[in-house]
Amino acid sequence: MESIKITVGLGSCGIAAGAGKVFDEIVRIKEADNLKFDLAKTSCIGMCFREPLVEIKDETGSYLYGDVDVKKIDEIIEKHIVNFSPIKEYIVKSDQFDTPYKEYFDAQVKITLRNCGNIDPEHITEYENRQGYKAIRKITSEKTPPEDVIKSVLDSGIRGRGGAGFSTGMKWNFARNSKSDEKYVVCNADEGDPGAFMDRSVLEGDPHSVLEGMIICAYAIGATHGYIYCRAEYPLAVKRLNLAINQAREKKYLGNNLFGIEGFNFDIIVKEGAGAFVCGEETALMASIEGQRGMPRKRPPFPAVKGLWKKPTNINNVETYANIPWIILNGPAAYSQYGKEKNRGTKVFALTGKIKNGGLVEVPMGITIRDIIYKLGGGIINDKKFKAVQLGGPSGGCIPEYLADTSIDYESVTATGAIMGSGGMVVMDETTCMVDVARFFLDFTQKESCGKCTFCRIGTKRMLEILTRITQGEGKEEDIPALEELAQQIKDATLCGLGNSAPNPVLTTLKYFRNEYEAHIRDKKCPSLYCKKLLTYEVIPDKCTGCVVCKRGCPVGAIDGDKKIVHFIHQELCTKCGDCYSKCKFDAIKIS
Amino acid sequence: MRIARIKPEAVNPDKRTDVDLSLIDSVIERYKGKKGNLIPLLQGAQTTYGYIPKEVFDKIALETGLKKNDLYGVATFYAQFRLSPVGKVVVRVCHGTACHVQNATVITEDLQNFLNVKDGETTEDRLFTLESVACLGCCSLAPCMMIGEETFGKLNGKKAVDIVKSIKRKESLDNKPNQAKPELWKA
Ligand SMILES: Cc1cc2nc3c(=O)[nH]c(=O)nc-3n(C[C@H](O)[C@H](O)[C@H](O)COP(=O)(O)O)c2cc1C
Ligand code: FES
Repeated sequence: MESIKITVGLGSCGIAAGAGKVFDEIVRIKEADNLKFDLAKTSCIGMCFREPLVEIKDETGSYLYGDVDVKKIDEIIEKHIVNFSPIKEYIVKSDQFDTPYKEYFDAQVKITLRNCGNIDPEHITEYENRQGYKAIRKITSEKTPPEDVIKSVLDSGIRGRGGAGFSTGMKWNFARNSKSDEKYVVCNADEGDPGAFMDRSVLEGDPHSVLEGMIICAYAIGATHGYIYCRAEYPLAVKRLNLAINQAREKKYLGNNLFGIEGFNFDIIVKEGAGAFVCGEETALMASIEGQRGMPRKRPPFPAVKGLWKKPTNINNVETYANIPWIILNGPAAYSQYGKEKNRGTKVFALTGKIKNGGLVEVPMGITIRDIIYKLGGGIINDKKFKAVQLGGPSGGCIPEYLADTSIDYESVTATGAIMGSGGMVVMDETTCMVDVARFFLDFTQKESCGKCTFCRIGTKRMLEILTRITQGEGKEEDIPALEELAQQIKDATLCGLGNSAPNPVLTTLKYFRNEYEAHIRDKKCPSLYCKKLLTYEVIPDKCTGCVVCKRGCPVGAIDGDKKIVHFIHQELCTKCGDCYSKCKFDAIKIS
Repeated sequence: MRIARIKPEAVNPDKRTDVDLSLIDSVIERYKGKKGNLIPLLQGAQTTYGYIPKEVFDKIALETGLKKNDLYGVATFYAQFRLSPVGKVVVRVCHGTACHVQNATVITEDLQNFLNVKDGETTEDRLFTLESVACLGCCSLAPCMMIGEETFGKLNGKKAVDIVKSIKRKESLDNKPNQAKPELWKA
């Protein structure tokens, strides 16, 4: 039994699903029954839809158990550890036999997430044991000229994973060529897209890969200081980053005269964000690090020339940095073998919304949306009809079902009117109202606008007002052209990417789901039965038992009826609050 | 626009609890004179008091030489900073995209009804503050909420209310010795 190892996934998602309690229970059983096995922690394994996840490795192989809870873990330990018989129906992945999730794993290529779920992120040695800090050792011991490091990055074809997809190698080159006594390396860990968590998983699950990527960047461009700007909503990520930085300092991976190179000085500080979406924009982010209001600045000058504290600065996304050590160690060709044409390597997506297998997936660039949703995502929850997928968050757009064969690359996605974004992929089904989705995003951008540009500040507000009106059944025929005109003006007259792209969710839904807008405006109907104000609530006489629950609950007294007598809703009084619908135990309220 | 989120709360001079200004000394000591220190100073103040009292702005400005209008400008720009006291327990309901399409609205509505406050408000007993946030990074467990540093997923209105209820119960037993089990996984 000595060689058995149990690993519990303790990322934010696992903890939220109850993995902490499972871990404690394992400790308890281990002590109570005096069992001998190693117990370890890891972070997000990616299969968030089956959290909590517990992996058992023994002489025969590895077995990943899903949906584990305190009760199940007792059973698993008893059967698997004590009696050596794995419980097949709980196992979601194993190297011994196929599970229903075979396709989910087979379609993935893990480069960014190579260590996530395989190591304990709180111990630097675990990262080192999986070739961690080998890339930086290699280039420093071989005295690889910085130009050659940049060339490798350039040849790999990797493009920034933060959204815009600018060539990372080129960016590094600009920063290298800017002459200055001081340069900065900044990691953008603001992950503002609501509905995306790739960066969180990497930071929590493999913080050292980001640190190593930044150290390599510092070597390549000649920087001395690094900052990681991390969202305040990610307390666990901040904690693990700080821990990782301290460990790296102890091992002299950070500090002065690193890796035996005189004058190679580099250290990293974590800066906690303070809750502003616009601070994900690089110039606003730097203003925020400097301690000011996070207002974007005009570019040029680009950060590579004049960035943080007016010094040349290289800023990349978490995922971008996490890939760098792998590229340096395995060579640019190993990376560029994945993907196609101008889109190389892999990309991590956070698959969420009405999808069966919600979680993190890493796939080669160029895969189609359909493959992601059906092969990896397992299809739509309750087998409803797939309607659209939202890419790129508040700056992106909705791609409809009939374009599901669009390949996931920067150019094809942009051609649909959406953007690739940072990797948030929110799946919507027939019950999602697209006008409401547009309203939701406008509400977000309107609140998050920093207020610098008039068109962003006021234009988004006017658009939001129109959209709200439409979802409340007060839309007018001229609203659609008004939205289109405002959208164009906002796009033309704003300074930063926030304003520039804010109309995208409206424009794409207008392009692909105009009929839904028209139904709201002309027929005062919400085809997805989502917008409450546009619904009609009626009693189904055959189902109503006359229990008076709805009648008593109705806040406006719109329901007539008595004990054992079929009820009736007076439409002219009904305020469409939906209370009767949620309270009825007999499904006797019909919505149309 | 961002400034719109600031709701000035009329300060009633009689009701004000005295703010112990010495609590912030160590924070000022730590960041004084360092570049880019403004936000960490405010974050430190907020961790200390739960919000940033007016007097603390004065004190920071006086002792660090930072301008009061810069401090206030930054404090009103970022969603994290509060200018009025909050409840002992802050309930943050996620309204990110994934949670929105999974009906997060219902959770806020049900909590509003249960706590009898509006979004962003604090209950009369100063126990709970209800807030909305955009994405907690647990989107695959949508809809979610965060209480303290703990995240709860796969919620519906009832589950959310039950969680808040159980906290309320625990808080009312507060003066009894704490019998919560130690959480080993955190070690
Ligand atoms: C409104 C706005 C928000 C952004 N948010 C993020 C973000 O949360 N994370 C990120 O990495 N990049 C974000 N970006 C992109 C950054 O400005 C920048 O392009 C990126 O950090 C560069 O890194 P990369 O080249 O590795 O992608 C945002 C841009 C805009 C306009
Ligand atoms: S959208 Fe709610 S956790 Fe991400």
